[in-house]
Amino acid sequence: MMALAFDVVLAALLILAALAAVAGRGLFRAVIFFIVYGVLVALAWARLGAVDVALAEAAIGAGLTGVLLLAAHGRLRREGLEADPGAGGQGFAAIGGAGVALALGWAWFALPEPATATRAALDSALPDAGVGNPVTAVLLNFRSFDTLLESIVLLAALVALWMLARDGAWGERLGLPQHARPGGVLASFGRVLPPLGLLFGAFLVWSGADDNGGAFQGGTVLAASLLLAMMAGLYLPPRIGERLWQSALVLGPVVFIACGLVGALVWGGFLVLPPAYAKGVILAIETGLTISIAATLALLVIGPPEQAHNSGGAA
Amino acid sequence: MTPLIWLVIAPLLGALAVLVVPARRMPAVALGAAAATLGAALALAAQVAGLGPRTVLLGGWTPPLGIVLKADGLGTAFAVMAALVMSGVALAARHELAPDKAGARAAYGFWPLMLLVWAALNTVFVSRDLFNLYVGLELLSLAAVALVALAGSREALAAAMRYLLFALTGSLLYLAGVVLTYSAHGTLDMAMLLARVPATGDGVALGLMTAGLMAKTALFPFHVWLPPAHAAAPAPASAMLSALVPKASLVILLRVWFEAMPDAAGDAALLVMAGLGAVAVIWGGVQALVQRKIKLVIAYSTVAQLGYFIIAFPLTGGDSAVKPWSAGAWTGMVFLALSHGLAKSAMFLVAGIWYSACGAQELRDLKGLARALPMSAFAFALAAVTLAGLPPSGGFTGKYLMMQAAFVAGLWPFALVMVAGGLLAAAYLYRPLAALFAKDEAISCAPVSRVRQAVPLALAAAAIILGVLSAEPFSFIKIGKPDAAVEGL
Amino acid sequence: MNGLDILALSASALVGLGIYGLLAARHLLRRVLAFNLVGSGLFLWFGAAGARGGVGVDPIPQALIITGIVVALAASALGVALVVAHARLSGPTLPEEAPCDPEPDNRA
Repeated sequence: MMALAFDVVLAALLILAALAAVAGRGLFRAVIFFIVYGVLVALAWARLGAVDVALAEAAIGAGLTGVLLLAAHGRLRREGLEADPGAGGQGFAAIGGAGVALALGWAWFALPEPATATRAALDSALPDAGVGNPVTAVLLNFRSFDTLLESIVLLAALVALWMLARDGAWGERLGLPQHARPGGVLASFGRVLPPLGLLFGAFLVWSGADDNGGAFQGGTVLAASLLLAMMAGLYLPPRIGERLWQSALVLGPVVFIACGLVGALVWGGFLVLPPAYAKGVILAIETGLTISIAATLALLVIGPPEQAHNSGGAA
Repeated sequence: MTPLIWLVIAPLLGALAVLVVPARRMPAVALGAAAATLGAALALAAQVAGLGPRTVLLGGWTPPLGIVLKADGLGTAFAVMAALVMSGVALAARHELAPDKAGARAAYGFWPLMLLVWAALNTVFVSRDLFNLYVGLELLSLAAVALVALAGSREALAAAMRYLLFALTGSLLYLAGVVLTYSAHGTLDMAMLLARVPATGDGVALGLMTAGLMAKTALFPFHVWLPPAHAAAPAPASAMLSALVPKASLVILLRVWFEAMPDAAGDAALLVMAGLGAVAVIWGGVQALVQRKIKLVIAYSTVAQLGYFIIAFPLTGGDSAVKPWSAGAWTGMVFLALSHGLAKSAMFLVAGIWYSACGAQELRDLKGLARALPMSAFAFALAAVTLAGLPPSGGFTGKYLMMQAAFVAGLWPFALVMVAGGLLAAAYLYRPLAALFAKDEAISCAPVSRVRQAVPLALAAAAIILGVLSAEPFSFIKIGKPDAAVEGL
Repeated sequence: MNGLDILALSASALVGLGIYGLLAARHLLRRVLAFNLVGSGLFLWFGAAGARGGVGVDPIPQALIITGIVVALAASALGVALVVAHARLSGPTLPEEAPCDPEPDNRA
């Protein structure tokens, strides 16, 4: 009974937060409600017992997406473009939304009994997967091709984002110049938090093999530390094409493909991992991926180069 | 190491490589990757022709756990067509997207984006896993949106924004269908889905996937994003966007209907879809007829051509005792899609040459251009023959097969639409051709090397050769053809 | 009605709300936000469906959802950057959807 009451309250809060984010007044409040909504979604995942998804949703869905939206809102406000003109074509949109919602609701009750064959296949293959966490096993062994493509999708988004720079700003450092007061709160946070973030991120990757966590969750924490360090002025954001950063961006996919090709040449097929080596190879891939994901996510948040920096030399 | 793996990995590795080399080396590295991918596509085609469909279990895992790549005649034919178009695009881009012409930003971004589009296309052509196809489509969409934005102008960014919104909505609808399918059947593999016990919700799942894929393919009424997007990009990017990108979601649409859930197809839904296709053929043709800019004429022509593909759905069949006509609309549609890809890329590349050499953007700027750049004008004319569906082009073969099927199936209104579409195409292509070959007009163009003009000519000629040979490609496309395409939906 | 039913139905409602926002909102930033609502609602529905076996959420949907969350982030990052770049040149709404178009594009 308690559990059911919890579900009802959670469902009501989710819908209220979503409603406020979609139809509420003011763009800034919409973004804040979206972040609240993301936290509630992470809670729902924890309620379902899917801790890996809860972590991913909290870190990426609510956290990073929220930061992206807030940063964009800030940029728009600086240029007076954040006024929300409200909604248009509401009847059509309401019909579309209600139609899809009803279709999904109907489909839920029309679902046949859950198929057990897939779960059985997973359970019998898991001992050969090299990792104990079944979600990590799916991500990095059974369906590793999805994960490879996914890391490429992140990279594609970054290159795409760079193409939105103005031609005049091309070649400058990424993002807007940051002005952190030396000795201010941000600067001290920026000194203390990144090493902690590094440790926590590494822990999440390591623990993902048999417990909860993984490259994407760990990479996000690392990305947050990187961002903090840059915002505190400890590092300047890079320019596009700097060798070290470019290498960090492609490291994960390169290691991934290299391991896949070793599988093809030695173990009988692309991305094949023999049980004896699976754990080592998966950890190698995850390490590479974590570095690339951290670098890519951090640069995605910083955005394209926007204007000449003071340190950027001739304008 | 099988060519099927290289087909996907070579462009991926190329994209990663161009991101770490110095900017001035990018074109050379990208051309190397293009050569490797073209080689992989041709080697795969030779294998498929000799040995039948090729299959790879990724990671060695069988479905429902793992992901299957399978190269059949359809997927391989599209991969070879894409390889030809992409090679032409890469050669053209060496000039059109040189840093001194296009700016350092566009010159930098084009190469990784082109290779990412190619990798995504090849993945979609061979993957048989619904969710893997989703990830492939997303990769394709993000890279394609960036190509639209490449020009950096206000129109380009607005077109890219609209394209992104359509693409995102489309992928969410497709994803909703995939989620319903896995929840009901516990698998994402098409072969397993074909053998599934049908569930009540299958129709809804198929409907959601279809709506999403139609939005991504720019099938009417989801076409509004396409003309501005394709016209805004630099010509080599437009060639990719118009000739290849819509084909990816089209192939998924084909596979979902014919290979995964042919039993869930209802007659009414088929007729509605085909009706939308018919409207697209007419609407796109009329719009192409009233445009003043060359690139918009070519882009609206894509809206019309995409309509033919969807008309084919209710016409399928052939070879069977139930519907015993000889060829089948399915094969005809594939023929049409292949020749459209080749001809459309040729047209956009030619338009790029005209713009950069003669500053010609509007139809009236083309007057007398055939005398200045005869090879490119000839390439445009050849591509026009294919798009209008005149013999002996591949476009003719495709339309002929589809019209035959329409008459035998008793759906003759669709045959009339196809005739009308052909006439409209002849009309909207006559306008640029008449201007090109107009006499007594002097036009000044910068010199264009023969090699640059030869690239679109070769692509346009390939579309004609497809029709001249006919028999070989015809039997190649049929390798591994799904049963539903033989028996009809 | 059990807890999973409630979760699945509210997830369906979230998807509907998101679709409404995606179609109706004029400010492009709100559309990107709505896109994320649709995605997370869909994933929640998927998770509820995967939990019906009674032994926790099926790991395959969990993995697919993590992939989906990352893909949605990539799309959102490009989306918000495009919103900002587009807004700087021509305002925060798409031309023909603006409440009152300041100057129609006259470059025929």
